[in-house]
Amino acid sequence: MVTMAESMLDIINVRKSYGDELVLHDISVSLAEHEVKVLIGASGSGKSTLLRTLNLLEAIDDGQILLAGTDITAVGVNPDKVRAQIGSVFQSFNLFPHLNVLQNITLAPRKVHGVSKEAAEANAMELLQRFGLADKAKQYPDLLSGGQQQRVAILRALITKPKVLLLDEVTSALDPILIAEVLSLIAELKAEGMTIMIATHEMGFAKRVADHVLFLHHGKILEAGTPADILENPRTTELSDFLGALRDAGRL
Amino acid sequence: MSYQPSPLRLQREAARRRASRRSTLIAILSTVVIATVLTIAVTGAPGFKAVKESFFNWHYAKSAFPHVLSGLWLNLKVMLIASFFSFILGLLIALARTSHSPLLYPVRILATVFTDIFRGLPLLLVLFLVGFGIPGLQFTWLTNSVVVLGTVSLILTYSAYMGEVIRAGIEAVNPAQRMAGRALGLSPTQTQRYVVLPQALRKVTPALLNDLISLQKDSGLISTLGAIDAIRAAQIDASLSFNFTPYVVAGALFVSLTIPLTRFTDWLTFRQDRSRVQQGQW
Ligand SMILES: Nc1ncnc2c1ncn2[C@@H]1O[C@H](COP(=O)(O)OP(=O)(O)O)[C@@H](O)[C@H]1O
Ligand SMILES: [Mg+2]
Repeated sequence: MVTMAESMLDIINVRKSYGDELVLHDISVSLAEHEVKVLIGASGSGKSTLLRTLNLLEAIDDGQILLAGTDITAVGVNPDKVRAQIGSVFQSFNLFPHLNVLQNITLAPRKVHGVSKEAAEANAMELLQRFGLADKAKQYPDLLSGGQQQRVAILRALITKPKVLLLDEVTSALDPILIAEVLSLIAELKAEGMTIMIATHEMGFAKRVADHVLFLHHGKILEAGTPADILENPRTTELSDFLGALRDAGRL
Repeated sequence: MSYQPSPLRLQREAARRRASRRSTLIAILSTVVIATVLTIAVTGAPGFKAVKESFFNWHYAKSAFPHVLSGLWLNLKVMLIASFFSFILGLLIALARTSHSPLLYPVRILATVFTDIFRGLPLLLVLFLVGFGIPGLQFTWLTNSVVVLGTVSLILTYSAYMGEVIRAGIEAVNPAQRMAGRALGLSPTQTQRYVVLPQALRKVTPALLNDLISLQKDSGLISTLGAIDAIRAAQIDASLSFNFTPYVVAGALFVSLTIPLTRFTDWLTFRQDRSRVQQGQW
């Protein structure tokens, strides 16, 4: 077990509504360095919204978000600078279809971080090699399987050495074998000490890899704890119902 | 053991061959019938002899050909230059109209007004307004060349068309692509440049090529200002010989100029459709 170090991400009383609908209800959570935190909750509970506020793709109505101690929601903060330090991957494979794998991965290092083409490509090839994707470097995304696409998307987010990796249901569009591919990549990242916040419905994965699990319900954190606490000893009826539904669907 | 096709398969293949032979036969027959009917209908017309004499006279065709061809060279140059600048101006208009920068607000308004005007005005009117209006201003530093003014008119009209096509392409790119770009830390401008625009241009290439085909034809309208292009050259020859064959020569040359571009556009559209089917993006 990696020892928990300083706090990497502090979410303090974050509130967010869409129109009249309160989607995030005074959320407070901290993510320590090297920690893997899993967000669970029914569809519409606010998982994606929470992740999008963290990389400033959604503005919050109230509260604060600190990244390594710095308030990234303060007035005057350049969101591009913040996003350059956070890796994010979403549910659908948002690779750029007009760029090949190598170009997809090296775009941010070259254009955002000013790394030379040669250095960025060498770096990308090393990463692809390590995760068994080197032979796909020159391929375009539409020729890759869903699992390969999602793994490339994760590597694209990783190559700039982000402080935190945000993953939003990165496996929900995949079939079981491809899910396993992607999850084992994430487990490897955890072993390397990556700080990760991930929304997922893969409870088995949560049990194996998560340090903490958060249960989100209608924009509130109803329960938080270790995977064993949450998955085996639910204290609220909402969580028992949610886990029951997953069990019925054969996902637990 | 080697594969032996089952009788079922042989039967099916024989049936398929029969069906395909029948289709070929029907296609040949119907072509012959229609061609015969058309020939009889046209050559049987009471005025056929006169029309043939005044539109399809081999002697006049030969004598007009070099003049019309050198006129066509002008059309081609005008078309290439107008295409280039229409695309650039159209691209700038599309970028201005899709940007959200407050700094560009006046440019956005200007681009919208420009598009509304030049998409609405008939090209012939633009040609008259520019071709006769600008020399009328009597600026000594401004050109009076009908070729230049004609080309400018084409650019004004076609940049408005192309701007709209490119704008539609930009708006058709999945918003998730822009979000993915921003999530990587790319600025709005970088996201537009490296993520959105390349995809947008790819999507609208067939539509832009269609505009080029139109532009190629419409380059003939500069003859109304007096530029000696293919049509004007044909007109001069026709008025000297009292025979319309030079117009037919000009028409044939224009068509032969557009056919390669048309086929290329068809091929490109076909290829894009096919890759969309393969990706299940219907
Ligand atoms: N852009 C948006 N505009 C309006 N409502 C939204 C938007 N995004 C999400 N919502 C609403 O916010 C709630 C939470 O959605 P979301 O964060 O996507 O939940 P989850 O990811 O847990 O399924 C839902 O009720 C959803 O309808
Ligand atoms: Mg979601």
